[in-house]
Amino acid sequence: MTTVTRGRRAAGAAFLGPGLLFTAVFVAVPVLLVMSYTVFQRGRFGGIVYTFGFDNFSRALEPTFRSVLVSSVVTAAAATAIALAIGYPVAYAIARLPERWRSIALVLVVIPFWTNFLIRTYAWTVLLNTQGVLNDALVGAGLIDDRLDLLYTRGAVVAGLVYVYLPLMVLPIYASVARLDRELGEASADLGASRLTGFLRVTLPLSLPGVVTGCIFVFVPSLGNFVVPELLGGGKTVMVGNLVRDQFLKARDWPFGATLALFVVVLLLVLFALQSVVSRRYSVEARR
Amino acid sequence: MARTRTPARRTLARRAAIGAGTLIGAAALAACGGGEEAGGGAEASDLDASADLSKQSITVSNWSGYMADDIAEQFQAATGATMKSTEHATNEEVMAKLTAGGDSGIDVAFVSGQYAQALNEAGLLEPIHADLVPNLTNLYPQATQLAYDEGNEYSVPYTWGTTGICYRSDLVSEAPTSWNDILDPDPAYDGKVTMLSTERWLALPAQKALGYSVNTTDDGEIAEMEKKLVEAKKHLLGYDDTTFYEKLISGEAVMAEAWDGWCGYGTAENPDIKFVVPDEGSDLWADTMVVLKDSEDKEAAFAFVNMMLEPEVHAWVTENVYYNVPNEKAEALVPAELKQQFPQLDVTPDQLAEGESLVDLGQDSTKYTDLTTDVTAS
Repeated sequence: MTTVTRGRRAAGAAFLGPGLLFTAVFVAVPVLLVMSYTVFQRGRFGGIVYTFGFDNFSRALEPTFRSVLVSSVVTAAAATAIALAIGYPVAYAIARLPERWRSIALVLVVIPFWTNFLIRTYAWTVLLNTQGVLNDALVGAGLIDDRLDLLYTRGAVVAGLVYVYLPLMVLPIYASVARLDRELGEASADLGASRLTGFLRVTLPLSLPGVVTGCIFVFVPSLGNFVVPELLGGGKTVMVGNLVRDQFLKARDWPFGATLALFVVVLLLVLFALQSVVSRRYSVEARR
Repeated sequence: MARTRTPARRTLARRAAIGAGTLIGAAALAACGGGEEAGGGAEASDLDASADLSKQSITVSNWSGYMADDIAEQFQAATGATMKSTEHATNEEVMAKLTAGGDSGIDVAFVSGQYAQALNEAGLLEPIHADLVPNLTNLYPQATQLAYDEGNEYSVPYTWGTTGICYRSDLVSEAPTSWNDILDPDPAYDGKVTMLSTERWLALPAQKALGYSVNTTDDGEIAEMEKKLVEAKKHLLGYDDTTFYEKLISGEAVMAEAWDGWCGYGTAENPDIKFVVPDEGSDLWADTMVVLKDSEDKEAAFAFVNMMLEPEVHAWVTENVYYNVPNEKAEALVPAELKQQFPQLDVTPDQLAEGESLVDLGQDSTKYTDLTTDVTAS
């Protein structure tokens, strides 16, 4: 081993070390601890009784919990699809803006993050409730006679999730579209492709890694979100995030909460594996 | 966090007191090794009624805003002993500290009745030394016979109350009288009713409408309750523990299942918001003071409990938090206008004691968790 590589390794360790240590101590250990709860029993006041068993897993597979898991996936997927439909054109348009306007547009995309998420969600209840701003406006304009039940529906939950996580869809797609060489588009036009064909066969495939990343960025937190279903769903739609939260904070059943959380983690790991396959495949194609 | 004596702030404090989770984040959930040790509670210690309290110092754990801010000064002036207070957001949080094993450093804790019961069964509480708490005689007789601790053997009730229907008297044609008025509302009120979302209270309207106990663990009865609650869900605006009174103020909701004190936060804004306990009856909850077995200064701890039962000190709670206190002499100090303004304060101890006392269900509490999930996910 030469001194140069040894020096590089030392530098690498020095740069990576603190981050790795932090992740190991404050992320990996607590997660493993919580995962270990899944095979134990609940204590009377919360906490754990160390009696080994797999009861929590059979309970998590009961129809009620299965249906909550399925409906959470459907809700999160709907939010992701809508965020993609809105977010892709926005990201594409921003990437095509002149340099100066691009940074302004990007700041506008992230501005909502400057306000607390809970407050923004709560503001939606003011907007959507039967006595709220939107209903007042519609009635005032004479467009409707009966006030609409917009709030406390599954639609309101999906809308809230889209609103909250849309920037997480826009940013990665923007990054992948902005990175594209414009000459690729010109080349496809020179070779006789229409603008649509050029988009579908050149731009879209090359931006897919950004699309997949954006979808995961939206889907993952949507699945675990419990504030939006509670505030905009009125507690009538339960998502798996609510179940996990309630097991820990209301039911004092940590082992079962940990088991439900484990199901979500496994589902997410599968998604991440999928993402890495997709992005590898398309970045290889790009290089070819 | 700054403390102000506004109803809204109290609301936050009390929301936690009911034992439900907080929206905004993370209650500290320390690991705790609470086992299932059943048993009769601990032996009483020998205490010295003439101990020099100026050498004693205690730590009190209470919900935020649930006693006067200058309580430590009052305590030192009255007894010579010093005190520190710490706050807990939920019953679960203080239970985790008290059952973690080892000395928690807490001498006096405020917990709900069913939690006091569980702490006593775990042998963690000092029996109440009535000779050191002469103000026990200020309590209503009804408050000494609560089911979780008959005779106040190990806990002293601090506040008590019930659950009923909070409603807009100007928006309903007839005042509600039955739990069925919210379970199966008049079609005119469809989608304008809310229910509580925390397990035992989510079940309460169905329990009482069907004539069951609030502490039932019978699977057949729970199945009947589930049927009724799933049916009721179709008529609901939503489940809401924290903001139902705001929905009543805005008119989004016209009736809400409500804790009595919380309905008052609505009444404070709009006098047309009224509270009623349905004819089928309801629950009776109590928040209590307990003295820990591990306390090293139990004389001062009991002196503190005694001071909290002083009429002026105890009346502070009703005047500032709008909760009923089980203290006859304190209630006498509450201004009549306040009782007029907040009808839930204008109840007799007999009316309250008709409510059925909530007790800890141990492992069977899982049945209520599953019921809640089944209903809300239906």
